[in-house]
Formats: sequence, C-alpha cells, structure tokens
Amino acid sequence: MSKVKPLFEMRGITKAFPGILALDDVSFDCRAGEVHALVGENGAGKSTLMKVLSGVYQADAGEIFLQGEKVAFLHPLESLKQGVSVIYQEFSLLPDRSVAENIFLGREPMRGLFLDKQSMREMTQTVLKMFGDKHNFSAETLVGTLDVAQQQMVEIAKALSLEAQVIVMDEPTAALNDSECELLFNLIDDLRKQGRSIVYITHRIREIKRLADRVTVIKDGKIAARFDHVPETDQIVEAMVGRTLGQFYPELAAPDEIGETVLRIEDCSNARLHNISLDLKAGVITGFAGVQGAGRAALAMAVFGADPFVSGAVTLEGKPLNLTSPRQAAQAGIVMLPGDRKAQGLSLMQSVFDNAFISARAFSTPLGNPFRTNHADRNDIQKLLDQLDTRAASYDVEIKSLSGGNQQKAIVARWLALKPKVLIFVEPTRGIDVNTKSAIYRQMRKLAQQGAAIMMISSDLPEVLGVSDRIMVMSDGRIVAEFPNGVSEADVMRAATHSADEQIVQGVA
Amino acid sequence: MRWMGKINPVFLVLILLLLAVAFLSPYFLQPAGYMNFLKRAAPIAILAVGQLYVINSGGFDLSAGALVTLTVIGSSILLNGDPSATWWVICVMLVIGAMVGVANAFVVSYLKVPSIIATLGMMITLSGIALTWSGGAPRGYLPENFRFFGRYLIKDVPLIQLLPVAVIVMIIVCGALWWLMHRTNYGKQLVAMGDNPQSARLAGVPLVRTRTIAFVVSSLSAVIAGILLGGFAGVSTDVGVGLELQAITAAVIGGAQLLGGRGTVGAAVAGALVLQTVFTLLNIFGFPKPIRDVVQGLILISAVALASFRRRNSGG
Repeated sequence: MSKVKPLFEMRGITKAFPGILALDDVSFDCRAGEVHALVGENGAGKSTLMKVLSGVYQADAGEIFLQGEKVAFLHPLESLKQGVSVIYQEFSLLPDRSVAENIFLGREPMRGLFLDKQSMREMTQTVLKMFGDKHNFSAETLVGTLDVAQQQMVEIAKALSLEAQVIVMDEPTAALNDSECELLFNLIDDLRKQGRSIVYITHRIREIKRLADRVTVIKDGKIAARFDHVPETDQIVEAMVGRTLGQFYPELAAPDEIGETVLRIEDCSNARLHNISLDLKAGVITGFAGVQGAGRAALAMAVFGADPFVSGAVTLEGKPLNLTSPRQAAQAGIVMLPGDRKAQGLSLMQSVFDNAFISARAFSTPLGNPFRTNHADRNDIQKLLDQLDTRAASYDVEIKSLSGGNQQKAIVARWLALKPKVLIFVEPTRGIDVNTKSAIYRQMRKLAQQGAAIMMISSDLPEVLGVSDRIMVMSDGRIVAEFPNGVSEADVMRAATHSADEQIVQGVA
Repeated sequence: MRWMGKINPVFLVLILLLLAVAFLSPYFLQPAGYMNFLKRAAPIAILAVGQLYVINSGGFDLSAGALVTLTVIGSSILLNGDPSATWWVICVMLVIGAMVGVANAFVVSYLKVPSIIATLGMMITLSGIALTWSGGAPRGYLPENFRFFGRYLIKDVPLIQLLPVAVIVMIIVCGALWWLMHRTNYGKQLVAMGDNPQSARLAGVPLVRTRTIAFVVSSLSAVIAGILLGGFAGVSTDVGVGLELQAITAAVIGGAQLLGGRGTVGAAVAGALVLQTVFTLLNIFGFPKPIRDVVQGLILISAVALASFRRRNSGG
C-alpha cells in the first residue's frame, strides 16, 4: 500500500441529531488521483459525512484536514472556495439558463457594470474541453434541453471550473441509463488521471467494481469495513448488512411449485405493444429484460389496465377478461407495484396505515369503517406490515418519513390484502439498499410459492437474471426472445439489442 | 412541549379571538349573544365543510356562492309565499344542487377542465340563471315555514335558554360530513386521491366517483346554506356573493392544504368560526363592510403562507 498523503482527511467525526447518533467516530480520507467508494445502506450516514465535509453540517467532534491543513467549514460556500465540490442527486441547475450561465451562476465574470459574456463563454469552453468530445452541447445550450447525463456533466463542469480538487458524487447514476453511465465512468477515469480526489457514493456493486480504488463501508454511522482494494461482492454486502448474507437471490421455483396458467395473453397490441402473447403460470416469476423504451413498462401498464390493449384476447383462469382500468384489473386479481413510487405509488402525506389500506378500502362499501374493510381490518394490515418487516416509528406516521424500501413494503401490503392472483413488480428495488433488496426478492418468491403468478420488470439486468424462473426479452414493443434461468447477460443483451434485425431476416427467410 | 406541535393552531386562535370579543362586548356572553353569533356562523361553517370536500379532493368549488343565491331566489319564486309548497321546493333545490355538483365533476373529470375554471364558469352561469329567473330584482317571498330553519329560535332550553334551528342544522350537517370524511372508506379514499390522484388510481380508487361525490357534497351544502340564509336574511340577489371565497378562506384557516390531501372537518368549522369572529370584531370596532373584504383577503394569504411555512419547518 502506498503511503501517499491524502488530499483530505476526516478524523473521528461525530455528529448527533436529536434522537440519533448519525456519525460515530468516523474517519475517512481520499488521496489525489483516486476514486474512493463510500458504500452503505440508506440512512447509514454517507450523505451526512459528506455534508460535514462540505460545511452543510458542523461536526460535534473530530477534525478535518484539507491538503494537510486543519479546516472547519461553516458553510458550503467556504468549502467550495477551497476546492471541495459536492454533486448531489438532485441538481441545482436553472433550466432556462445556458450552460455557461449555470456554471458561473453567482460568480459571473464582470467587465465594469456589465456581464462579460465573452469571457464567460470562453472559460466555459475551456472547461468543456476537458470532456473531450463526449459532450454534445456548447456553452450557449439551454440546460433545460439537455438530458440527465448531460446535466450531470454541467454539474461536473461547474466543479471543474471552481478547480475543485475534491469532487463528491452522491449516487450519480440513479437517473442514468447504461450508455450514459459509461460516459460518466469514463469521465471519472479522466478526473482521476488529472489527480483529483473523487468520493463516489453508491450502493451498486457493479459501479464499485468498475470505478473504485478503495472502498469504505459505513453502517449505522460507523465504519463497518475498509478495503484498500476492490473486495468481493459478498464482502461488501456482508459489511453493509452486518451479517452473513445467505444467498442473495432466493431459490428458483421447484417443479412441483409450478402451477396452472393463471393469465393468458394472446396476440395483444396497443399503440406501443405489438402482438404480445404470454402465459403466466402460478408459482413462476417471469422477468422482463430489454433496453429503455423496449416496451416493458408499457406491458405492465397494459396488463394492469392503465394503458390497455386495444386488440387481442386476455383470459384469467380460463375466463375472458376485458382490462380497461386498474380498478377492473385489481378487482379481477391483477395488481401492479408501480416503478416510480413517489409519483405513482404513494399518498405521501397520509399515514403508513392509510397507504397500506387504500386498495382494501377502494373495494369495500364506501360508507364502511375504514379500519374494518371487507378485505382486511386493522389487525390484518398490521400483521402484513409486520410480516414484511416494515420499519416505522409507528404505522400512524406519514409514509414520507419512511425509507424507500419500507415505503415499498406498504405498497406490497396494500395489494396482499386483496389476495391477488397476478402481481406485477415494476422496478421493485429502485433506490433500495442491498439488504432490503434481498428481502424483497425473498418476498416475491414466497408469494409465488403461495400460488401467485409474478411479472417482474426491472432495468437491473443481474436482478432479472437472478430472480426470474424465466426471462422474456422485449424490443420495440415485442417479445423477441425467451430464456430459462441461467442465461448469460450477454445473451440477453444480444437478444435485446439485435433482435429487431434478426426478426426481419427471419421474416424474409 | 412537543404535543403543542400536534394541536391545530386554529383552535388556539379561535379561543383567543372569542376571549377578545367577550372582553369587548359582554353581550356576547349572554345566550342571546353567542347563539346569535353561532346562527350567523352556521351557513359559512356548512359551506366551509362542503368546500373542504372539494379542496381535499384536490380542487376548488367557486360555484358555491352563486348556488346559494340561486337557492334563495329560486325558492322564493317557486314558493311565492305558499307554505304548503315548502317541502317539495326544498327537495327541488337539493336536486338542482346535486345536478350542479354532478355537472362540475363531469366537466373536471371528462372534459379535463381544471376545477378552478370549471366552477368559475359554473358560478357565472348560475348567477346568470338566478338573475334571468328573477328578472334582476327579488320576486316572490319566502313563507314562514321555509324561514323556520334560518330564523327560528327554540326558547326555554335548559342550560342554554335559546337554541336557533340553524345551529341544530349546522351540527347535524357538519357532524354527518365529519363522519363521512374521517370515519368511512369513502373519506379516506377522497383524501388519498387529493394527495396523489395518480397513485390512488393505480391503487384501485374510482377517481370519477370519488370526485363526483365531493362536488355533490359541496353543492348540497351550498343549497342548505342558502336555505338558512334565505331564512334569516330574506330574499336578495346578492345574498351568496363572495361566500365561496369565505368558505375557502375558512377551510384554509383550518389548515386544509390547497390542491388536496390534508384537511379536517373540525378545523374547517373552527376556521369558519374564526372568520365570523373576526367579522364580529370589525363590527364592534365599527369598520365598514369593505374593510371586511380587505381583512378577509389578507387572512387568506397569511393562512396559506403560514401553512407552507409550517410545512417547510417540519421538514415537509
């Protein structure tokens, strides 16, 4: 291990909030020219640690050294001036301003009383040059017209223009697709070569393997593990979770667990889906893979009646079914857990109970007691939430105070109260920490074992391959391939990206 | 002191204001004084609770005031002083109210017109109908048994001596609407829908039905308020003017969140009483009517500003 002096060093940082010790004697450092991955579950203290570094919070105890000198930032602007730049998940860009105006916001170059647009543009171009030819925008481009990856570049450019030596990125890939991620990773490689220190917060193992020089795992406000190399996945996961994780993915369906066909879709189409034919069997988890826009989400919305098929036939347990609204689908026993929890899944101002009760209430006598519905009473819902291990101060608190994983459990409980036959999980683990992910997979398997047919739609390909009994690959609104469990990522990606051409070839042949 | 944060401040404000009124005007402590106050507050309390249904669903009902006017004018023309017609006229008015609510909900749900515009259009339409029907000036008059609800005082009641019928109506209507909002599957779905209509739809909540009932409740409460107001104020063509804004102000003072998802019936009633108390205070100080409007406007803005300030500080 080389004894290079760290660019910044935090020693014995302790920070308490009312009722919780967020950081307990945490030490962390980063050398010039390295990427140090900071890993941990939601609420472990990663973001708090970085906020102490940048001066958003002040530590109760501990010291921070920047380039060997002791510092104590009282405000993020102070750390910014000293070359510490934090890029948060939610960008702070103004959509109606140009790239240059955003980069120099609040410190615009002036010539007398006037904005020096010329030098602002030139300085921006100099910074953008560092990206090589990877950006496809100029200093004058309006930020609102850029995609998420490009906006991230603008944030990074802002950090570079401040000559930031320390760049902290808080889960930067949360909103990026695969090719955008690759762009970002290359950019980070370049920054590393320029000798900057990069702190990379994530809980995606793949990104750690791709990028990190060192890895620090933080759990419950304490350092759980430190690695001077990139360790095995299991080592990271164990440190995050604090116990040996049996198997990350649950067992596949045993042959005797596979039941009759529950839902049959025959030659169904709508504006975005073409000639979909599909059998969902009881006890089976069917995973759907494909690139963004391949039609996986559209298929979920169609089967759930939210964006229905316009032609073809759907039968549920042999009976024909006309799915035209989510309400009808849920009534028939088909339910969906939406991918965008905040926008589509939760009433954020209502309690955990209210969110878990909503569907039972929607299918009960309107004037009935809301805690003693036709499908479930307070005890039933309490039991469901307990079984799912929902962590909340109480089930009467507003659901927005819960972590993403626990919010997801309330949505699962909502549907289990109706004893559904088909469950459609859309991005079930998006933004959820590793420990909870595994619990959700296990829950899905348990539901399948209890006789439900399960559809799983996810952009996380390893997850689709790990959990599903069979994998359907979609492209351009069609199902283009089917694989059993055990198929390689490469085979699936090949089918997902090249199938359109092959189909044409097959059609000709 | 943490429990203080959980109490809706509207109740504290109400108590302080009532103490101020009692201090300034001892008449207020007499049964005749406070019962008269409650009687005057009854229509606005009922309107506020009706309005709360639409607010909690995520909308506004600006047509309520015009519907009050239409109820008063229409009843007086249909009745024309004939006491034997009172009951069917009340039924007709309730049916008209229900139709207005359904029409509002239809425009919002199917024609996708934002409720603030849909009900603004309805408000103008209803005012026009009322004026056309009456020919521009009040016609006909309301018989005594119609005015009973708004005007009659039950005397020699133990403990409180007097009990206006309007107060009984207020208690029954607000009590029933409290139950519907807070103790039924319907009410819980309504609030969840106002919080996030998309998630409610994907959870199986029937949005159109839920919203339609909210608009119908608001319209029916306007008809009931109209019957009370016709009772004690008599027939005029501007009886309902501005009442929808008073109702919204009252609901907001009670902490209802504009655009839906949060608001209780008890607090909306307290909000209506706060508003009525402020008007009483302004009367005691001898301010003219236009000042009332100035104060009401300022209260509305401050209530919304205060609510969003509180939410920001509580990490909302």
